[in-house]
Amino acid sequence: MTWNQILQSTQVLLSYLLPTLKVFFYTLVFSMPLGVVVAVIKKIRFKPIAWLTNIYILIMRGTPLMLQIIAVYYAIPMLKLNSSPWIQNLLSGIDVRSDTYQFSALILAFIINYAAYFAEIFRGGIESIPIGQYEAASSLGYTKAQTFFRIILPQVIKRIVPASSNEIITLVKDTALASVVAYPEIFRIAKEQMNFYSSLVPLFVAGLFYFIMNAVLTVALGRLEKALDYYR
Amino acid sequence: MKVLEVNNLSKSFGTLEVIKDISFDVEKGEVVSVIGPSGSGKSTLLRCINQLERVSGGTITICGLDMIQSYEKGKPVYADNKTLRDIKLKMGLIFQNFNLFPHYSVLRNITDAQIHVLKRSKEKAEAVAMELLKQMGLPEKADAYPYQLSGGQQQRVSIARALALDPEILFFDEPTSALDPELTGEILKVIRQLAAKSMTMVIVTHEMAFARDVADKVIFMDQGVIIEQGTPEQVINNPSSERTKMFLSRFEE
Repeated sequence: MTWNQILQSTQVLLSYLLPTLKVFFYTLVFSMPLGVVVAVIKKIRFKPIAWLTNIYILIMRGTPLMLQIIAVYYAIPMLKLNSSPWIQNLLSGIDVRSDTYQFSALILAFIINYAAYFAEIFRGGIESIPIGQYEAASSLGYTKAQTFFRIILPQVIKRIVPASSNEIITLVKDTALASVVAYPEIFRIAKEQMNFYSSLVPLFVAGLFYFIMNAVLTVALGRLEKALDYYR
Repeated sequence: MKVLEVNNLSKSFGTLEVIKDISFDVEKGEVVSVIGPSGSGKSTLLRCINQLERVSGGTITICGLDMIQSYEKGKPVYADNKTLRDIKLKMGLIFQNFNLFPHYSVLRNITDAQIHVLKRSKEKAEAVAMELLKQMGLPEKADAYPYQLSGGQQQRVSIARALALDPEILFFDEPTSALDPELTGEILKVIRQLAAKSMTMVIVTHEMAFARDVADKVIFMDQGVIIEQGTPEQVINNPSSERTKMFLSRFEE
């Protein structure tokens, strides 16, 4: 590749940064709160619900994200063609030929996958808070909601930052999996250019993009960790 | 006036009976020490009274409010949530390991419940907190975080935190057991000061000399039952039961 070609290829890749970041932010913004919900549901004493949650987490963590993306992406059109009427009815609002279908299906797979990981991180964080904190709050007359939001959650957040940072950094790299359903993001475009130019350079440039994004994130998350270091 | 009335209280964990048919009263301004060997049910007794454990039998009444309304098929029926909360706010509990909120400064540990539970203004809450911190000899620690304090200082903050809600009665669950011997003195001094101000208190303790000096009434428990209760002179100086004598003899050397 000539320098000019490299510059051109980099510019093209740069224009696909936004779709990549879109997958990243949508997944993060929805999977974290969903993870809290799943972690709380898992604590419900009604056993069947706890089991269902466990099975969900087991499947999400036990199978490849790439497989899950493909499954969700193709499951909906297939179910629309060939399933019981009530499911077809349920899915009738989804137009698989619409412009938004690809991204919606893709992001759904990402969200339910990452929510499972975040749920486990949050559960660990919640369980690591000593029971004495609940008892002290209770004896001071805090309601259950106040105890959770004022006493427990702030301490949980501090404890889960390192584990969550790991997950967030992994997510940046996992956005490349969106290419499996032909979503136009950096990795897929880099692969196309690799074939077009018969050169590994576009792939290297794409790698650099991911690396820079994660370098920025690592610094930011490190600062967050430090900001929460005012107590032990 | 009776601040606390416990009648025929019992508590089992599964088949293990930890408290068996315990009854005692605490009058306003009275200081009661509960002594006894480990595993005798002293802490469980405090935890039942403070609604941290559900009782298995008997009744508890705080300032005339009944915590348990009745029994149905042998299971206690507790008062409605509002009454339970009113009862809770009449009591303060000091834990063996302090249980301060690590993410709050000392000041906020003492003001937060005042503001969010009692709905006091921030100014009022802070004024109350600073006054209490002065009493505890810690006014300069207001902005410190719990991890920066010694155990004795943390325990004094936790006493201030409980006092800030103006409880009618304070419960201490082995308040000095997690402290180095040289730090127990500062806590005992604070409790003595509170006794001098006629604070009603129930203190579970292993400090026999302290129990004798500060208490108006001493309760000796063993294996979930009250073996003896009376003035310190009766229970500690002239115990009538063999078990009390044996227990106390271990503290004499």
